[in-house]
Amino acid sequence: MILSPINIISSSVLLLLLSVAIVPLLKSNQRLLINTSFMLSSLASLLGIAGGVWAVGGGITNKLILPIGLPDLPFHLRVDPLAGFFITVICLLSFFVSLYSVGYIKGYLGRRPVTSLVIFYCIFLAGILMVVLADDALFFLIAWEVMAAASYFLVMFEDERIENRRAAFLYMIVAHVGAIAILLSFGIMAGLTTGFESFNGYTFDAMRQAEFPLKWATAAFLLAFFGFAAKAGVVPLHVWLPEAHPVAPSNVSALMSGVMLKTAIYGIVRVSFDLIRVFPWWWGAIVLILGLISAVMGVLYALMQHDLKRLLAYHSVENIGIILIGIGLSMIFTSFHMPLLSALALIAGLYHTMNHAVFKGLLFMGAGAVLHATDERNMEEMGGLIHRMPWTAALFLIGCVSISALPPFNGFVSEWLTFQAFLLSPALPSPLLKLLIPLGAALLALTGALAAACFVKAFGVTFLGHWRGHRNPRVHEADWFMRSGMILAALTCLLLGILPTLFIDWMDIIPEQLAGSKLRISAGEYNWMWLTPVAPERASYSGLIVFLGILLVVVAAYLVLHIRPGAIHRAPIWDCGFGKLNQRMQYNATSFSMPIRRIFGFLFNIKEQVKLTPRAVHKAFPKRLNYYLRIRDRFWNWLYKPVVEFSFRVSRKVGLLQQGRIQAYLIYSFITIIVLLVFSR
Amino acid sequence: MKLYRFIIEILQIAILLGVAPAFTGWVRMLKCWSQGRTSAGIFQPYRDLLKLFSKDVLLADNASWIFRFTPYLVFGTAVLAGAIIPMLSLELPIASTADVIVLVALFAIARFFTALAGMDIGTAFGGMGSSREMTIASLAEPAMLMAIFTVSLASKSTSLSQMVHVIYSGQTVLRPSIVFALLAFVLIALAETGRIPVDNPATHLELTMIHEAMILEYSGRHLALIEWAGMMKLFLFVMLGVAAFAPWGIAESGDIVAISAAFIFMVLKLVIVGIVLVMIETGLAKMRIFRLTEFLGSAFLLATLGMLSYFILE
Amino acid sequence: MDINVVAQLNSFLAAFVLLTAFGMLVQRRMYGLVHLFAWQGLFLSINTAIVGFVAGKHHLYISSLLTLSLKVFLLPYILHVLIQRLKVHKEVEVVENVPMTMLMGIALVIFSYYLMSPVTQLSTLVTRSTLAVALATVMIGLLMMITRKHAVTQIIGFLAMENGLFFAATSATYGMPLVVELGVALDILIAAFIFGIFFFHIHTTFDSLDVDQMARLKEED
Repeated sequence: MILSPINIISSSVLLLLLSVAIVPLLKSNQRLLINTSFMLSSLASLLGIAGGVWAVGGGITNKLILPIGLPDLPFHLRVDPLAGFFITVICLLSFFVSLYSVGYIKGYLGRRPVTSLVIFYCIFLAGILMVVLADDALFFLIAWEVMAAASYFLVMFEDERIENRRAAFLYMIVAHVGAIAILLSFGIMAGLTTGFESFNGYTFDAMRQAEFPLKWATAAFLLAFFGFAAKAGVVPLHVWLPEAHPVAPSNVSALMSGVMLKTAIYGIVRVSFDLIRVFPWWWGAIVLILGLISAVMGVLYALMQHDLKRLLAYHSVENIGIILIGIGLSMIFTSFHMPLLSALALIAGLYHTMNHAVFKGLLFMGAGAVLHATDERNMEEMGGLIHRMPWTAALFLIGCVSISALPPFNGFVSEWLTFQAFLLSPALPSPLLKLLIPLGAALLALTGALAAACFVKAFGVTFLGHWRGHRNPRVHEADWFMRSGMILAALTCLLLGILPTLFIDWMDIIPEQLAGSKLRISAGEYNWMWLTPVAPERASYSGLIVFLGILLVVVAAYLVLHIRPGAIHRAPIWDCGFGKLNQRMQYNATSFSMPIRRIFGFLFNIKEQVKLTPRAVHKAFPKRLNYYLRIRDRFWNWLYKPVVEFSFRVSRKVGLLQQGRIQAYLIYSFITIIVLLVFSR
Repeated sequence: MKLYRFIIEILQIAILLGVAPAFTGWVRMLKCWSQGRTSAGIFQPYRDLLKLFSKDVLLADNASWIFRFTPYLVFGTAVLAGAIIPMLSLELPIASTADVIVLVALFAIARFFTALAGMDIGTAFGGMGSSREMTIASLAEPAMLMAIFTVSLASKSTSLSQMVHVIYSGQTVLRPSIVFALLAFVLIALAETGRIPVDNPATHLELTMIHEAMILEYSGRHLALIEWAGMMKLFLFVMLGVAAFAPWGIAESGDIVAISAAFIFMVLKLVIVGIVLVMIETGLAKMRIFRLTEFLGSAFLLATLGMLSYFILE
Repeated sequence: MDINVVAQLNSFLAAFVLLTAFGMLVQRRMYGLVHLFAWQGLFLSINTAIVGFVAGKHHLYISSLLTLSLKVFLLPYILHVLIQRLKVHKEVEVVENVPMTMLMGIALVIFSYYLMSPVTQLSTLVTRSTLAVALATVMIGLLMMITRKHAVTQIIGFLAMENGLFFAATSATYGMPLVVELGVALDILIAAFIFGIFFFHIHTTFDSLDVDQMARLKEED
């Protein structure tokens, strides 16, 4: 076998499937099972990283045809820089998560068998990789289904809880509605490529050769976008995401949020930039607008949550929105033939894809460690964990800073690049776009600031202050496997933040192939240090200097102030002289987000009630006070409830066919046969 | 030559550290006069800082490392920002570290950690301050970005030194868009630096304070660092505004004469900005917190009108 | 004067007219509104004079003086008296969701620009770029009439709309013929008087100037 990226990545997939195969042998020794299979999957991830990095760095495109599949319809595999990039992202996170899982899954030992979790974990990873490897519609859809089904079983892992079953069911429905749309889209493209007589049009290669008439191309794009948007959780197709992601085991949540959503991004880029290639500007506008809506709504919904994992899940909606903003801008620039700007926006979107995978993975791992230690997902019942889980707290904080788009961490780099793409939009020839696109930049700024508010809340309520809960669990720090997964992810966040030029130079081949121009992000002396999109006098950023500069001043100030042995006395809390503080008087998640809830409340369906228990001496001193708050997604009532009601009505009608008598069923079959015979005469 | 530029850099940081308290003292002095009080003099902030530095630190029982780390970080970001904003000369070796967007983000880091420190002790005041601060910041951010956008339309750049170059080369005559952006910037700067009508830096009235509520539990050198950084932040916002809207005087080259002239210009501008600031603060009352949406909404409106008038009118 | 300077002044004044229009959209106090209206009139009048100078059309000076006397002094004075007589000067009007109103205003500006950009490209006048602003001022006046409840503020909205039309005429064709302008000015003046009289009647009948009270006039089933 020749050593090439595609072979390395394929062997990584094979390794994952192999570890599924050995599970039955190790079933009896669960501890050994966990150790071996997760070690194998981290090994497979390392292989995948190697292959992906090579494919992108070398600008290599490999193809492989597997003689399996349907007769005459073999599976096509292909690795090009775009696929290589996504494989690198996927495997990077799955490497961290697999390490983490070795520790995390052991928490289930003695409570329930983890065999199914291990099996589906490996299948799930293999499925994600196969989606990106696929080079024909058939294999793509099969891989897509494998991925969806495996993640369904992972969401269902703790299936004794009704909410988990509900979430999994909802997830399954949305995933399939999306899959149908993707299938139809590929059907249109394949049909246009070779006509409906032959099936050769099902390969992506054939689609790349074809010229699509605008009307059909639009239909194909809209269907594909709908399908992928359903997978990515774009508003208004997001409702399944905050249900399904939190209830899965945390390592799986990390993978679902971190990388499974990225396959949808991959799909959108692949279909629009690679398969269809020529498109009008308003396709990009659709992507941009939905991205903006998702970003703002996602972060606002996240602010309203008090379940830590649900909050993170809503942030996935937000970040998918930010990625789509970059991609949408890139599509608009491409349609106006501005390759350089298009490259900038595309890089911004893809870089955010990578960043989001890493920091969201880190945050979910941190949330998992908290869940592992406290058995609690509700932030209102937490607090002060920084004292008992110092490692987790520090690592989670790095995730928070990264996702809040604060320098010198990685989230900032991609948001900054997106802003730069926005700032270049005045070059567009259309007057209306010129005036409207800057408003999008303002929305992005709003999103970033709200995200910071949300993570002050998430970190502050979970890790700072005093313990708010009623129970008092024995909290313990995460073990070294979990820690190492998180430490690696945190380091990656920092590296991606302070040395972005290295990574962007590495992936610069992608915009060259898709948008027609390299970005050439850095220029001049010490060029690896400065991020200078377009031109150095236009804008520049150096994460490294920001990092080192702050570090230097902090250390210097610390040393100067500690020449004199500084006396620090510990004392009780002052709090303006109020005594009698107890831990129930702290600000919690609900109170923290109250101002924002009031300002943006009109976007939600909020029901708020304060109930006083009557036996009070005076209204100001009630015996008991009940505060009730319910926040609902307006989209549920607008969009989903009618559909649900309609399908219930229809299924009740169809249900009339169910007679429970065997003769009736025979009559149905009989009638069907007769009708078919009549038609096929 | 390289070394010389680093000397300017260090000089600039020294001026930031040294002059920022004096500017705060100047504003306080003017305010006293405008209210018919006797002022404590322009040097009172120095005496305050000195006193705080010499005191021991009283730390709440459950304060974590975040609480102790935050003052240093806040101080660090302020100093770094001071090394980047051109105050005396455009020839700053690390000026291209950050454009305006990064500068705004630098202040955001400080805010993020201050808000965390406010929640660290677990008092109701701290949480209240953090919650309000983050709310205001999230409303100010879109307006800030829009103002940056408007300014960058004319100079085709978001880097401050490039903006100054463009203004010097006379390409930008007085434009309506710049005027709007300036008005928006003033409103945003009032909000970001916690001045009246958004926050009152002089109050310790529990229910109205925002920034003070977060740092209520600080004492000793920690408090000194935070106070100093606060003064620097006010100073830096003035310098940011000066560089973007009225840079005249900032030296393009690095020779001694130009730099001393730049210093004199800077002091003059600070004196004027101080007077304007006090006039604004004396003329306005502190707003209810939920009125701030309108205040910052107006800032956003002004900045957007600036952007629109650039396209429509220019 | 240099043509560039004139164009610049013109766009500055246009920007200020737009700003006062937005100010009126969100101003709560009665007197504040009247003052903003007077300022808008002042900007218009200066603009008219400048356009008259650059285009060499001397009747625009008359029209500028007319604007000055009518919209900066007379009408604000009438409104002032009206507000005082009706004893509504202390009333602070409820303006629903100010930020939302502002966003709608911004949308209207963008829409006007979109609408006017073909016209702007065809025109050769110095003042062509202000056409979009003029249209936006008209629309914002209308928006103000829609969002407000108080009769006096509605009148001011109406007058602001007229300002926008006047501005449009100046920037699109260097002003209407003098006769037309005189007629319009007279109309406005008379309208203001009639409104004043009506307000007294409304005030005595309904004991309020809230136009929502008019809902009582609808037919009952």
